Amino acid sequence: MLQHYGPQLVNLFAAVLLLLSFAMLSQRRILSLINLYAAQGFVLFLSTALVAWLTGQHHLYGSAALTLALKVIALPWILHFLIRRLNVKWDVETLINIPTTMLVGIVLVILAFNLALPISQLAGTVTHSTFGIALASVLLSFLMMITRSKAVPQVIGFLSMENGLFFAATGAVYGMPMVIEFGVALDVLVGALILGIFVFQIRERFDSVDTRHLEKLKEH
Amino acid sequence: MTSVPGLVAQFAVLALAVLLAPMLTGWVNQCRAWLQNRSGPGLLQPYRVLDKLFSKEVVLAHNASPLFRGAPYLIFGCLALAAAIVPKIGTDLPLNAAADAIALVGLLALARLFIALAGMDVGTAFGTLGARREMLVGFLAEPALLMVLFTASLISGSTSLATIVEVLAHKEFVIYPSLAFAGVAFTMVSLAENARIPVDNPATHLELTMIHEAMVLEYSGRHLALIEWAASLKLFVYSCIGLALFFPFGVAQRGDWLGLLLALPVLGLKLAVGGFLLALIETLSAKMRIFRAPEFLATAFLLAVLAMLLHVLLGG
Amino acid sequence: MEPGPLHATLAAAAAWLVIGAAGLIRPRNLALSSRFLFPAGAVVGLALAAAALEGVFSAPHSLVLPLGLPDLPFHARTDALSSFFLLLLGAVAVGVSLFACGYLRPGEGTPPGLQCLYYHVFLASMALVLVADDAYFFMVAWETMALASFFLVTSDHQHAEIRRAGYLYLLIAHVGAIAILLCFGALQAGTGDYTFDNMRAVQPSAGYATAAFLLALVGFGAKAGIVPLHVWLPEAHPAAPSPVSALMSAVMLKTAVYGMLRVTLDLIDQPLWWWGVIALALGLVSALGGIVFAAVQTDMKRLLAYSSIENIGLIFAGFGLTLIFRGFGMGALAALALTATLYHCLNHAFFKSLLFLCTGSVLHATRERSLGKLGGLIHRMPWVAWCALIGSVAIAGLPPLNGFVSEWLLLQAFLLSPGLPQSYLNMLVPVAAAVVALTAALSGYVMVKFYGVVFLGQPREPKLAEARDAGAWERTGLAWLAAMCIVLGLVPATVIGLLDPITRALTGHGMASLAQGWLFLAPLQPERASYSPLLFFAVTALLVALTWLAVRAFYHGRMRRAAPWDCGFPFQDARMQDTAEGFGQPVRHVFEPFFRIEQHVPSPLDARPSYREVHEDRLWYWLYLPVARAAEYATSLVTLLQRGRISVYLTYSFATLLVLLLFVG
Repeated sequence: MLQHYGPQLVNLFAAVLLLLSFAMLSQRRILSLINLYAAQGFVLFLSTALVAWLTGQHHLYGSAALTLALKVIALPWILHFLIRRLNVKWDVETLINIPTTMLVGIVLVILAFNLALPISQLAGTVTHSTFGIALASVLLSFLMMITRSKAVPQVIGFLSMENGLFFAATGAVYGMPMVIEFGVALDVLVGALILGIFVFQIRERFDSVDTRHLEKLKEH
Repeated sequence: MTSVPGLVAQFAVLALAVLLAPMLTGWVNQCRAWLQNRSGPGLLQPYRVLDKLFSKEVVLAHNASPLFRGAPYLIFGCLALAAAIVPKIGTDLPLNAAADAIALVGLLALARLFIALAGMDVGTAFGTLGARREMLVGFLAEPALLMVLFTASLISGSTSLATIVEVLAHKEFVIYPSLAFAGVAFTMVSLAENARIPVDNPATHLELTMIHEAMVLEYSGRHLALIEWAASLKLFVYSCIGLALFFPFGVAQRGDWLGLLLALPVLGLKLAVGGFLLALIETLSAKMRIFRAPEFLATAFLLAVLAMLLHVLLGG
Repeated sequence: MEPGPLHATLAAAAAWLVIGAAGLIRPRNLALSSRFLFPAGAVVGLALAAAALEGVFSAPHSLVLPLGLPDLPFHARTDALSSFFLLLLGAVAVGVSLFACGYLRPGEGTPPGLQCLYYHVFLASMALVLVADDAYFFMVAWETMALASFFLVTSDHQHAEIRRAGYLYLLIAHVGAIAILLCFGALQAGTGDYTFDNMRAVQPSAGYATAAFLLALVGFGAKAGIVPLHVWLPEAHPAAPSPVSALMSAVMLKTAVYGMLRVTLDLIDQPLWWWGVIALALGLVSALGGIVFAAVQTDMKRLLAYSSIENIGLIFAGFGLTLIFRGFGMGALAALALTATLYHCLNHAFFKSLLFLCTGSVLHATRERSLGKLGGLIHRMPWVAWCALIGSVAIAGLPPLNGFVSEWLLLQAFLLSPGLPQSYLNMLVPVAAAVVALTAALSGYVMVKFYGVVFLGQPREPKLAEARDAGAWERTGLAWLAAMCIVLGLVPATVIGLLDPITRALTGHGMASLAQGWLFLAPLQPERASYSPLLFFAVTALLVALTWLAVRAFYHGRMRRAAPWDCGFPFQDARMQDTAEGFGQPVRHVFEPFFRIEQHVPSPLDARPSYREVHEDRLWYWLYLPVARAAEYATSLVTLLQRGRISVYLTYSFATLLVLLLFVG
C-alpha cells in the first residue's frame, strides 16, 4: 500500500516544504523562524527516508539520519544558543513589507515551476515533479536572505537554501554520492562558522546585529 | 431531475442546519471554557440567549431606515440558503443546481454587504467603524475563500459543490498536496470571517478591538437574535465547507439511504472535533492588532493562489 | 428591398438628428426640450432597441448610402455584433432620455435647446459608428461622437476646471483617433479599398496584423479608458452633467469595445494568441488600478468614473481570454469568454447609467458632489435611494442581480479551461482569476462606501434636510434601468440565447446552455457548473418571508424608537461618522505603492488645524507630464524659425521656389 501512495506522499512532503518556506518568508519572530527551520529539516528527513524505502537505495538512510542529527537537533540548538547569547529575540524587520514580499515570492514560484518542467520531464525518478518545488524553495530562501536586515534570519535563509538543494538532489537523482554530500555539509559548516564570526563582529562594532549598519563602512 | 425524496432531504438538511448551528457555537464556547479552567455556560446557552432576545422589544434609533429593519431577515435568509447548499450528509441536494461554489461565496458576500450597510445606517461612530473593518476583512477573505474553492474545483473539474464532494469522497483516495495549502488558507480565512481570535474577539465589546460586534451595536430584540443566529449559521457553514472539502469521508452518495442515516453521527463527530480544535486555536493565540489583519489575510490569499499553482504543476 | 433592421437603424439615427435640430428653434425654451424633444428621443431609442433585437437574429444586411464623397460613398451594415450594441444603445437611451426630461434645468452654461442638439447628435453618431462598414464612414461618425460629447462635457463652460477636463478629453480622444486611422491603414494592406468587406477578404501579413492590433488597442483603448490612457475619464465624467456621464460611461465606452471586437475578431482573419495576453494583462491592471483608486475618492462622480475603468478592465480581460482561446483553437471556451465579455458590456451599461443618474438626482437635490457633505438621504429621497441600492448591489457583482452573472461566466471561463499548451500561460490563468476575484471583492467595498456615505447615516450638512426626491420623469428613467438590471440578472439563459448568434459568428461556436432551458444557466454541463438566479431569489425570498412570519407567530412584533446608543458620550453629531477618506484608509494602507499621496497633517500646536490629503495617479507624473514637456520643448524648437525679420521670411519663400524648380520641375 505504501508503494502505491509513496509518490503521492513525497509530493505532499514537497508541498509542505514549500509551505514552510513561505511561512518563513512571512514570519516576524526569530524564534518561530528557528522552529520552522527545524520543521523543514524534519520533513526533509521523512521524505529522504521514504524515498530510500521506495527505491531501495540504502545510502539514503544514512543521509536521512545525518539530516535528523544535524538539521533537526544540532543546528536549531546552536541557533537557539546563539540568539540567547546575542539577545536578539525581538521582531524581525523587513526591508519591504510582507505582502509585497509574498507577491514577489509567488512570481519566483511561477518562474521556478516553469524552469523546472523540462528537467523534470528528463529525470526518470519517481519524484521528478518535485524538482520545481525544490528550486522554488531555494529561490524563496534567497529572497528571505535579501529582504531581512538582521543577521540571524539571513543565516537561517542560507541554511534553508541548502535544505532546498538537498531536496532537489534526493528528488531528481536519488541523492548525491556521500563524498559530495559531505563536501556540501562541510561548505555549509564553514559558511555558518564564518557567518557566526561575522555576526559577533557586527555586534561588537555596532552594538546591534542590524546589517544595515554595515552601510556606515562606505568610503563617503 | 429533482425527486420528492431529494426535496425532503433538502428541507431536512436546511432545518437541521438552522436548528443545530447554535449548538455548535455553544460547544465551541464550552470547550473554550474548559481550556480556560472555568465551568462553561452549558451547551444550550445560545438557545437560551436567542429565546431571551426574541421575547424582548426592539428599540430602534430615531433615524433607522427600512434597510436597517429588513437587513437581519435578509442576512438570515442568505445564510440559511448557504447552509442548505453545502453538502453535509448527502450530495443529493436539488438546490445545488441553483447555486454552485461561486454563488455560495456571492451569497456570503451579499450577507456581508447588507450587514455593513446596516452598520452604517444609524450613523454613529461605532457602526461605521465596524462596517469599514468588516469590509476590510471581507475584501481579502472573499477572494481567498474563492481561490480555495477553485482549487477544489480544479481537482474535481466542476464548481458544483455536490460534484466536488462526490469526487473527493468517493473516488479512490488520493493525497492532494495542493489541498494542504488550501487547507491552511481556509483555516485562516474562516478564523477571520467568523470573527474569531486572532482576528476579532467575539466576546469583547471594546470599540478598539471589535469588528463584528461594532456593526450590530444598534440592534436589539428579535433583530439581534436573528443576527446572532446568522453568525452561528455562518460558523456552521464554514465548518461544513471545510469538512466537505478536506474531510469528506462519510458523506453519503446519491440514493444511499442507509448512508444518509450513518452520515449524521459522523457529521456530529467531525463537528465536535472541529469545534474543539477551533477553541484550542483561540485559546493558544493572541488577538492581532487590527492593522496586522490585512497581512494575515493577504498571506491566506497568496497561499490559496499557491495552492492553485501547485495543482497546475503537480497535477494533484 | 424590404425594410430591415438596417433601415430602421438609419431611420432612428436620422430621427435623432431631426430632433436635435428641432432644439435649435427656440434654444432657451425649457418646455420644448423637456416636454417634447427628449421624450421623442426616448421613443426613438425604444424603436431602435426593438429593431436591433430583431437584427441580432437576422442575417447581415448591408447598404450603400448616397452620402459622403463622390468616389467614397458610405457603406452601412448590420450584423449580430452591431445589432447587439445597437440594442444596448437604444435601451440605455430610453432610460437616460426619460431621466433627462426631468433633469434639465435653466441656468448658466449651454441653453437647453443646444444641449438637446448635442445630445441627439451624440446618440445618432454612436448609432452610425455601430453600423459603419467602411473606414471613412466609421471615422466621420467617430469624430462626430467625440465632438458632440466634448460639447456636452463642457456644458457648464464657465468653470475653468470643466474646460480643462474637456480639453484633456478631446486631446486623448484625438490621439486615439489617429491610432484608429493608422490601424485601418494597416488593415487594408495596400489595396486602397477601405471598406470592411475588403479588409475581411484581404490577409495582411503577421507583422501588419500585429501592428493593426496594437494600434487598435491604443486607439480604442484610449476611448475605452484602459490604463495608461485612462486619465481623461476621471476628469470628464464628473465635469459633464449626469445624463451625459451616464451615456458616456454606459454606451460610449462600449463603442470602443465594439471597435476592438470588430477589428480583432472580424476584420483580422487569424488573431494570434499572444495578443490576448497583452489585452488580458492591460485589462487586469486597469481593473485593479481602477477599483483601488475608486476606493480612495471623495467625489461621488469620480468614484463612479474610476469604477467604470475597473469594469472596462474586466471586459478587456474577458476579451483577452477570448483571443487566447481562439488563438489555440479552443472554440467552445472562446465562446464562453466572449459571452462573458458581451454580457458584462450589457450589465455595465445598465447599472452604471443607473448609478450616474442617481448621483445626478442627488446633485440636483443637494447641490453637493463631495462625499464629505452628504449623508442620510435615504429618508428624504427614498426612490433614488432604493434604485441606487439595486445599482450598488448589481455593480458589486452579487447574486441574484446581473453583475453576478457576467462575473460568474468570466470565472467559469478561467476555471474550466482544460490546459493551455503554453506552460507559463497555464500558470498565469489561476493568478488572473485571483486578480478578478480580488477586484470583485474590492468593488463590493467601494459600493458599501458609496452607498453608506451618501444615503445612510446622518446628514453631514444641515441643508440636506431640504432635499427633495426625484420628479416623475426621473423616476421613470431610474425605474426602467433598475428593472433591466433585475431582468438581466434573473433570466440569464435567455440573454445568452441572444448572444449566441454573435459568438457563433465571431468564434464559430455557441454555448450548450441553451439545451438546459430558461431556468438554469449551465454553460457546459449541469454537473460541472450550474446557477439558477430565479430559484435562488425565490428560495431566499421564501426563507425571509417564513422567518418574518415565524417570529411574528411565536413571539411578537413590538418596537419602540429611542436615541442611538452613545456609550455615555451624549455629544455625538454627524461629523463623528466615518468620512469617505476614513472609509478608504484600509485600501490606501494595503495598496500604498499605487498612489502618489500628498498629505498635510496638522501639528498639535496648530491654532486652526486642518487636514489635507491628495491622491494622485503616478502615471500622470511618469508618463503624461514628461510627454507634455517633451512636446512643449519640440514645439519651442519650431519657434527658432520665427525671426521677425522680413528678409528671413522672404528667404524661406525663395528657398521653397528653388527647391520646387530643381526637384519637381
